[in-house]
Amino acid sequence: MSKLLQLHDFGAPGAKSFEALRAGAAQSGCSTTGGNGKSGCGSAAGQGDLPPEIWEKVKNHPCYSEQAHHHFARMHVAVAPACNIQCNYCNRKYDCANESRPGVVSEKLTPEQAARKVIAVASTIPQMTVLGIAGPGDALANPAKTFKTFELVTATAPDIKLCLSTNGLMLPDYVEQIAAMNVDHVTITINMIDPEIGAQIYPWIFYNHRRFTGVEASKILSERQLLGLEMLTARGILVKVNSVMIPGINDRHLIEVNKAVKSRGAFLHNIMPLISEPEHGTVFGLEGRRGPSAQELKALQDDCEGEMNMMRHCRQCRADAVGLLGEDRSAEFTTDKVMEMEVEYDLAARQAYQAKVEAERDAIALAKQRELATLADETATIKIQVAIATKGGGVINEHFGHAHEFQIYEVSTAGAKFIGHRRVDLYCEGGYASETGIEPILKALNDCTAVLVAKIGLCPKDSLAGAGIEAVEDYAFEYIEQSVIAYFKDYLARVGKSEIRHVARGDADIRQGAFVAS
Amino acid sequence: MAYKIVASQCTSCSACEPECPNEAISERRGVFMIDPSKCTECIGHFDVPQCVAVCPVDGTCVIDNSVPRASAA
Repeated sequence: MSKLLQLHDFGAPGAKSFEALRAGAAQSGCSTTGGNGKSGCGSAAGQGDLPPEIWEKVKNHPCYSEQAHHHFARMHVAVAPACNIQCNYCNRKYDCANESRPGVVSEKLTPEQAARKVIAVASTIPQMTVLGIAGPGDALANPAKTFKTFELVTATAPDIKLCLSTNGLMLPDYVEQIAAMNVDHVTITINMIDPEIGAQIYPWIFYNHRRFTGVEASKILSERQLLGLEMLTARGILVKVNSVMIPGINDRHLIEVNKAVKSRGAFLHNIMPLISEPEHGTVFGLEGRRGPSAQELKALQDDCEGEMNMMRHCRQCRADAVGLLGEDRSAEFTTDKVMEMEVEYDLAARQAYQAKVEAERDAIALAKQRELATLADETATIKIQVAIATKGGGVINEHFGHAHEFQIYEVSTAGAKFIGHRRVDLYCEGGYASETGIEPILKALNDCTAVLVAKIGLCPKDSLAGAGIEAVEDYAFEYIEQSVIAYFKDYLARVGKSEIRHVARGDADIRQGAFVAS
Repeated sequence: MAYKIVASQCTSCSACEPECPNEAISERRGVFMIDPSKCTECIGHFDVPQCVAVCPVDGTCVIDNSVPRASAA
């Protein structure tokens, strides 16, 4: 078990010892010098606008808390493949394009297999805190399998948080059972509140033993979704709403959806880009409907942000994903392998590990606050976006050529804000630059002023410079947010001295497809 | 007559199994099938055959004309 307790295993800064970080965190206590009304208290970091009782529930949930996704892991088990509605962005013949890689059938598990897999993963990955049932299909179109899985997991691993994802059609019927099973997070996919718009998204639903189509189907679906949402929040169960942004159909309408779900108590809204590659065989894919660009997605998220917290770190994971967000370890935990594993559930070791992670997060938050404090006197109205190469742990610790994705931060004198991630093909494979070259990466990072990396070769550095993107190694193995702010400070200084000119950046591409291990 | 499941179309999602009022649908090694001796085409139970209505892939649950109707309501 001692191996599990090595913090550096998941990317803490190499040079600083954990104890040193902890001492630093303890030393200054709460600082209120953050400026712009931000609280400087370490434990509250990452809280955003959430009330404390909600923050307490989500702080270790990688899908709900932007900060937690650096440190905690989740897993999905595919026990529930049946679905009771048809979406035009989904093709059941090849799994759901938005949940799983099309053409690759997810490994379907029985509740017993799923429970064993959960225990095996939790024993191997101590930062695994959350089990989700998210399809392919609808968790509540398969209530028996979903609840049986939860029951078996709770019996052995009571510390694991349970969550489920649903289209909401059957939700009102199962709210009591969800509450009784201590499921504390539910995600409802709500793409519309106007049935006329819904009719363009949903060709049919199966409800009360028959198929409904057209506006009638969407009217039933919408009523059931909003009723289910109200019933859950009335019982204190946290609800996140997922929406798929479909340009030309619901893009502007999602602002109305956002207001409707906020007023009914949803605490987080996750607007995801449509995935519509023609080869997925979905209706939208075949009719050539495009997904949104990075700028369109961000603009919509920004428009909704005044209303409620927006989730921006969703990677549209597979329905059988395992591990930290941004990594997929599902291949290590196939049914065959799990059945052979020796599984020992060590609750104490898991808790000790998670306590260390907690302290590390406090140190990161404190470092960010200190850096932010130095910006207090700045009045520049400049806002830039910065890309980060990271393997996780809240640290800049990835080589440019080895990055599967970049995290994007927007930074201004108000601070650094995570706004998303961009997946890319590996630039460097086996020491050689990729065949397609750097072009796709330049497109994915086109809206960024700089990319902060642990290391980068001369050639890609020049290409980036040619595209107006500065590659920076100065913050290698430092904390991300602290570094982003420090870079911004330096940037402002250079602009001030006329060493560089600030120019607005263009739009960027969003890579299509669900997140899978490369 | 009875309904049958076209195996090449079936995604094994299991949506049909719990909807069948006659427990005529079962899974064997990942493949779903309808027992024609139990299938009533849902006549007397519902307006539409449930396996057809719930199946997400059209053309998967279809009439099997080769089977004589055994238990029509």
